[in-house]
Amino acid sequence: MFGFIIKRLVSMIPILVGVSLITFILIHLVPVEPAEAYLRLSNGVPTEEAIQEVREELGLDKPLYAQYVDWLYKAVQLDFGTSFVTKRPVWDEMMIYIPATVQLTVTAFILMLILSLPIGVFSALYKDKLFDQISRMFSYVGASMPGFWLGFLLIYFFSLQLNLFPTSGKGTLFHLVLPSLTLALAHISTYARLLRTSMLENFNQPFVFYARARGLRERTVIVKHVLKNALLPVITVAGMGFGYMLAGSVIVENVFAWPGIGRFFVSAVFNRDYPVIQCYVLFNTAIFVLVNMVVDIVCAALDPRIR
Amino acid sequence: MVKMDRIKIFQNKLLVLSLIIITIMIMIAIFAPILAPHDPNLIDLSNKLKEPSLTFPLGTDHLGRCVLSRIIYGTQVSIGAAFLVMGISIFIGIIIGTFAGYKGGWIDQVFMRLCDVLLSFPSLVLSLALIGILGPNFKNLIIALVIVQWVPYARMIRGLMLVMKERHFIMAAKIAGTTDTIIIIRHMLPHILPQVLVFAFLDIGTVILHISGLSFLGLGIQPPTAEWGMMINDSKQFLRNYPSLMLYPGMMIMLVVMSFNLLGDSLRDLLDPTHK
Repeated sequence: MFGFIIKRLVSMIPILVGVSLITFILIHLVPVEPAEAYLRLSNGVPTEEAIQEVREELGLDKPLYAQYVDWLYKAVQLDFGTSFVTKRPVWDEMMIYIPATVQLTVTAFILMLILSLPIGVFSALYKDKLFDQISRMFSYVGASMPGFWLGFLLIYFFSLQLNLFPTSGKGTLFHLVLPSLTLALAHISTYARLLRTSMLENFNQPFVFYARARGLRERTVIVKHVLKNALLPVITVAGMGFGYMLAGSVIVENVFAWPGIGRFFVSAVFNRDYPVIQCYVLFNTAIFVLVNMVVDIVCAALDPRIR
Repeated sequence: MVKMDRIKIFQNKLLVLSLIIITIMIMIAIFAPILAPHDPNLIDLSNKLKEPSLTFPLGTDHLGRCVLSRIIYGTQVSIGAAFLVMGISIFIGIIIGTFAGYKGGWIDQVFMRLCDVLLSFPSLVLSLALIGILGPNFKNLIIALVIVQWVPYARMIRGLMLVMKERHFIMAAKIAGTTDTIIIIRHMLPHILPQVLVFAFLDIGTVILHISGLSFLGLGIQPPTAEWGMMINDSKQFLRNYPSLMLYPGMMIMLVVMSFNLLGDSLRDLLDPTHK
């Protein structure tokens, strides 16, 4: 087990280097030169001397590989430079918004787990019966609905018509209900279907036949033998789901005016605040890679066959 | 057995239904100028936020533009952009995937590492980043989506090529002295393309959702072009009194995406009956 963890950690290094390299190169795709963009925003005159000065200040006069090493060295210490707009360190700005996004994503993730588990199990148990058909229909609808539209529908019915929940903003737990539900709903159907398929595959396994032959109660067979084995592939995909939800929060935050990094990112795009864009990408991707690694380790801990 | 057949017929019905809807949508997109009762971008503030009437069957929006016309023209943008993204992605995927799978060697190694890295980004984040850096407009939206989309196709085609390479008829062709180009184009691609296309149909709904989502954020299609996601964004401040403004474009997105998903699912089941 320990060896597996080490191996998994080492395999992450080239991935992280590649990700950082791409994120670094992204900045150099900017249609205007970064030094000039910086000057334009700080209302400086983009004269030749001024641009040269900023280039030196930002280290843009060095060769590309030196810039990358410099940038990586700073990024590891969470120094992503200063925001072009607020002139404050980018990470400090991000930290203002990160808690809200994490709160939203984690709530949605828990909601997804709680709801998709029973739906998946019951659709497998009642395969092709009414419950399964309804859940299949919902999974088609859920996968086809744009998240932002669903958000507005929920606002219309639950906030404007029924007056149950606030329309937007962050504050009480009531504020959290609609945004997290919006974020979770598309994923619930996916995982429920996945769990159903996975359980159906396990129903035909010899060990299930044997468990029944031993005279175990059907409930024990389902929970201990079928469900436990069926959960493994679902856990892996659910780990990726967390990353997708974190990224998907950008849309939900804009629907519900939720003060998270997604909204911060969109305003950064319109302000051409490149360091913020870079930091947002790196943050999301780092979490995505880390969560996937943790999930792999959890799976290995649960299932000795993977190690 | 009887039950199996019933499911098959049911699924074929869905296949036909989804094909009909998609054909109608494509027709609407092509004949939008004839079908639309008004110019979708004609602003007339004296007619703003009108209820449905004979001249404006679905009413008008906050700038007095005809909602029905905008929805009709929106078909062009959503389906057109999605087809464009898919077409370019599959083309790039075929070229790179074929090279990596057929030639192998260092090209394959470099390609696989690049895939590993590109797939470590959540897809939405990578397209958001590219649009953020390049600036939001139609061309950059397509670029951003293609850069995310081509990877799974290239990987899939590479895998299929690897399996195909070992088949006897390919070896026979090689021994007969057929050139690599002809082997790939005449003998390998025809076997691979159907599977790639089914995968593409399963995927196109996601691309349409991405386009409308990014346009909703203001990072995709730019005004005044009529696009469904943007129409929903425009109508959000009128949600309380004019919910229908938001309802129609959303229903269109859902209908189109669901049709493509159903079509992809049914085609996959037809090609691969073991999949449930």
